[in-house]
Amino acid sequence: MKWTFFHKLGSPKWFFDISGKFLPWFVVLGISLLVIGSIWGLAFAPKDYQQGDSFRIIYLHVPSAILAQSCYMMMAVSAIVSLVWKMKLADVFIASAAPLGALFTFLALFTGAVWGKPTWGTWWVWDARLTAMLVLLFLYFGVISLQSAIEDTQIASKATSILVLVGIVNIPIIKYSVDWWNTLHQPATFKLTEKPAMVPEMWIPLLVMVVGIYCFFTALVILRMRNDILIRERKTKWVKALLHF
Amino acid sequence: MLRLQKYSMNNSAVDSNSLGKVLKSVCVREYLCASRYRQAFINPLVFFAIIIALFPLGVSPEPEFLSAASVGVVWVAALLSSMLSLDNLFMKDYDDGSLEQLVLSSQPLYLIMLIKSFVHWTLTGLPLIIISPLLAMMLYLDLEQLPVLLLTLIMGTPVINLIGGIGAALTVSLRSSGVLVSLLVLPLTIPVLIFATGAVQASIDGASINGYIAILGILLMLSITLAPFATSAAIKLSVSN
Repeated sequence: MKWTFFHKLGSPKWFFDISGKFLPWFVVLGISLLVIGSIWGLAFAPKDYQQGDSFRIIYLHVPSAILAQSCYMMMAVSAIVSLVWKMKLADVFIASAAPLGALFTFLALFTGAVWGKPTWGTWWVWDARLTAMLVLLFLYFGVISLQSAIEDTQIASKATSILVLVGIVNIPIIKYSVDWWNTLHQPATFKLTEKPAMVPEMWIPLLVMVVGIYCFFTALVILRMRNDILIRERKTKWVKALLHF
Repeated sequence: MLRLQKYSMNNSAVDSNSLGKVLKSVCVREYLCASRYRQAFINPLVFFAIIIALFPLGVSPEPEFLSAASVGVVWVAALLSSMLSLDNLFMKDYDDGSLEQLVLSSQPLYLIMLIKSFVHWTLTGLPLIIISPLLAMMLYLDLEQLPVLLLTLIMGTPVINLIGGIGAALTVSLRSSGVLVSLLVLPLTIPVLIFATGAVQASIDGASINGYIAILGILLMLSITLAPFATSAAIKLSVSN
């Protein structure tokens, strides 16, 4: 297997060129999947026999919750890449993805609160999963504030990578500790190993939304990364040539 | 040939000796510095006492409420005051350059960080544990639960110190890092809080506390083995800044 592909990933210029080609596809795919999925889910999917129409917020809640968690995983992988292979792009990814992760975590918490009001009768309960998501939001805030507190970008990125890795060691512990502490939330909607408990008419639009939100996230990350690369590499020839073109 | 062997043996003896020497001198130096800046270690204790005094004033002085809340209040106050004392851990060493010398020394930074963290615990965590029975009594904690509370504090505060060390090391090169350290460290200490207060609650309910104590022990072992790695990585980074 050739590793040239992997090494090319370390070059901001290469990424800038190639991501420019992919970006429109992700934007179009993401937005169209989100539009299709939400119309399908909100208008055509059958009602829940217990929760009625209020369950439809699942089509926003579950995708953003899944993304919020996997965004941190992606950041942790990037942190290892950054610390081991010293790739600049991994640093750029962490810096660009952290605010988006925080945003989706907030969205998951917010939609969860809106969903909780009709079904549980309260906006907020100190339940394990809710608390774990809240802690995740705090972890994102920590990453963002550490990144912005250190002036030297390279050192800020290294420090953030260490923090992300410490967080990833801690996340399972936090998750199980709050699980043990208090649980009211229903179990995970999608599991890789089992068939979903919902009927296909309900979960297929949800799947469309999940894929859509990943594409949308990819598009946003690429946009932010390209922006960040231009700022970080502003003294290089190719950026100067690009901007004076 | 024999001479060479003898020389190299001597040399290795000197090497293994010097690790102990370095650790010992780090230890002595920490205590010496602390004795010169006593106030920095007294302030978090006073802070601890004030937070605990605020609860009856702010919420309710009823004995029933206070005894139910006492464990949580003591633990949250302990967490907050440990955050306050984290500044002492590396700040002065960073300012006067001795941190750089520790990084440059040929001895493993992991052990040096572990020793520093331990010394810091004996200076901040231990006094806090010593005064906590008094404050817990003021919150009407049941006397029978006091040993359990102390046990959780003895096992939990080193974990907080070790995790806090990572945050302190990451932010040592920054001016006014106080709030930032708390922001980074407090979410990571949630498991300690949950299991420590869980143990005391279980003991109040008459249940077995073994499971909680075992998990606190795991957290302690994990943080002793893993946290100094992250701390020394962060220290190397901050010193290069």
